[in-house]
Amino acid sequence: MRLADLVNAIGGRIISGDDCPDLEIDRAFAADLLSDVLALTDEKTTLVTGMINPQVMRVAEILSITAVIFVRGKIPPPALVSYAKELDIPLVTTEKTMFETCGVMYENGVRACRTRSMDDAQRSA
Amino acid sequence: MRFEIRAGDIEYGGSASAHIKAQLTQMGIDAAVARRAGIISFEGEMNLIVYSDNGGIVEVLVEPETIMIEVQDEGPGIEDVELAMTPGYSTAPAWATDLGFGAGMGLINMRKNADRFEIDSRLGEGTRIRCWIDRPVDTGSGEQEAS
Repeated sequence: MRLADLVNAIGGRIISGDDCPDLEIDRAFAADLLSDVLALTDEKTTLVTGMINPQVMRVAEILSITAVIFVRGKIPPPALVSYAKELDIPLVTTEKTMFETCGVMYENGVRACRTRSMDDAQRSA
Repeated sequence: MRFEIRAGDIEYGGSASAHIKAQLTQMGIDAAVARRAGIISFEGEMNLIVYSDNGGIVEVLVEPETIMIEVQDEGPGIEDVELAMTPGYSTAPAWATDLGFGAGMGLINMRKNADRFEIDSRLGEGTRIRCWIDRPVDTGSGEQEAS
């Protein structure tokens, strides 16, 4: 789905990146635990999270995250927003919970990003 | 590339690794390799911030065939490396888990993203982790200088 359509569907607001309404959002991963985001995502993906600390954007940069959707009404601090602008990573905020946000996205054709399974992680350990 | 990481410096946590990934990308390193290097470095950097006594060093060496990431500190050292490599095992303080880290996946994630992984830790002396990532051959890009 298009970024602009996603924002409408979740009743959200674009915090930065309103210059790319046509950005295609087709994969997503949702978590607050950034350790899991780092350990499990295995391709470019949109991140749905309730975390608004600076590490979110650093993780997003390293993983080449497509866009970040902040749920539960979280508004990231200005420093995070300007960092996201530098990186050209759109930020969206919504009052919806993570569960609701994911439900709406799924309903609109967004699917889970490819992940490395926990089994793999355990096998290699 | 060499970065000094301060213990407890959560505010800048991950910034060295973000810089490393950006730098590798700029050098024309394969995107998947740069991503893996960024992940390894990030996990190492967060470990230095959360667990080390006095911080440590993250160093990245770019060579024609491999990228090596070394993370080193001078203590406290890991008492039981095998236990620390168990998924979900963590001794992270609450302030780290509150930020979304310390899930007990860091060392495993470093190993998963490396083609070769070495960890050497002595209690009271420190920890050194070295990870090598093989660069794909015949990428055509000529960037080979070490940094």
